[in-house]
Amino acid sequence: MAGLELLSDQGYRVDGRRAGELRKIQARMGVFSQADGSAYIEQGNTKALAVVYGPHEIRGSRARALPDRALVNCQYSSATFSTGERKRRPHGDRKSCEMGLQLRQTFEAAILTQLHPRSQIDIYVQVLQADGGTYAACVNAATLAVLDAGIPMRDFVCACSAGFVDGTALADLSHVEEAAGGPQLALALLPASGQIALLEMDARLHEDHLERVLEAAAQAARDVHTLLDRVVRQHVREASILLGD
Amino acid sequence: MKETPLSNCERRFLLRAIEEKKRLDGRQTYDYRNIRISFGTDYGCCMVELGKTRVLGQVSCELVSPKLNRATEGILFFNLELSQMAAPAFEPGRQSDLLVKLNRLLERCLRNSKCIDTESLCVVAGEKVWQIRVDLHLLNHDGNIIDAASIAAIVALCHFRRPDVSVQGDEITLYTPEERDPVPLSIHHMPICVSFAFFQQG
Repeated sequence: MAGLELLSDQGYRVDGRRAGELRKIQARMGVFSQADGSAYIEQGNTKALAVVYGPHEIRGSRARALPDRALVNCQYSSATFSTGERKRRPHGDRKSCEMGLQLRQTFEAAILTQLHPRSQIDIYVQVLQADGGTYAACVNAATLAVLDAGIPMRDFVCACSAGFVDGTALADLSHVEEAAGGPQLALALLPASGQIALLEMDARLHEDHLERVLEAAAQAARDVHTLLDRVVRQHVREASILLGD
Repeated sequence: MKETPLSNCERRFLLRAIEEKKRLDGRQTYDYRNIRISFGTDYGCCMVELGKTRVLGQVSCELVSPKLNRATEGILFFNLELSQMAAPAFEPGRQSDLLVKLNRLLERCLRNSKCIDTESLCVVAGEKVWQIRVDLHLLNHDGNIIDAASIAAIVALCHFRRPDVSVQGDEITLYTPEERDPVPLSIHHMPICVSFAFFQQG
């Protein structure tokens, strides 16, 4: 799109944010009563829903059971109405499979699977509206859902995307910024220890700039952590009020 | 056939050797195995051997109508197949997770990095563009499929020559290799995957 500058001279992005500013995040836990854990998150216009079942007995072939830890099964699905043009296949195509594998990789690093041998934890994520940063929204929603289910984790898993335009690192990319074709980084971080669960980058970026973009994404992930922590504490407070403490 | 699991003694031996910075075949921690690249008779056919891992790559092209939202760009299609001769664990129904991961990684490495100029593949905007198809077959699995596959893909693409075309008004003339020399693809840079494994937290 000619004439659409992602970063103006005054330092404002297309939607009026500053370079390191996140979009507005709203989250709710315990949205479904049927599931063991569920959560809904809105990051700007990106809306994701996560549902967790588990730990329960392995469904399907018993041969897949791991003798010393739990199996984490993740499925990603994006609704047909989530993108600008209607999607033909909500799940089963390669990108959805890859997202599922990446989510599994992320959560296998964070969930204490040694506590539940020979069992299975299912995480289902559904994207209702995709406006950039879908991986990050999915990871954040799934973290809240796993916490809602009471499954022990090493730490929160907070994710954020970052990009690089005109020598400045941008945090939390929207769809317009992603479609522009510049480099984009998706980072999933365990904030307390600073360990990276998943780091993925698309397109070309000079290695001299990598440090800066990584730092921007890490700072954004830590900001997300503050927000998610507040949401969890609020939810626990409400639940304890209902129980009559 | 299921993959034979690693025994506990083998695992302990490997980990202890890694602590002392030694590897099973005597390499240093950052050493690569020998890479040998050989070409076939056709343009776009190459075989890469990374140690004992072998990948065969073949590039072919076809004139098709372009995608609706990218009317002036050619189409790149990558396909990696793990054939059953590569390892006894590869069976027709069983490989989906690994296959998806490798294919997506290759697609991201070669398509999203824009190493091939897709605009140069356009013949008539909105009607005819070149579709370049890269088929990779894993012939022997001895570790590090993704590095060998990415090398095979980019080498095959560099080696490939597409037939020359000329457009006169509405007519498109496709020349055979005898009439006019085939044209190489315009490649900006050569992306290659390098894999690392971290043991004991670094």
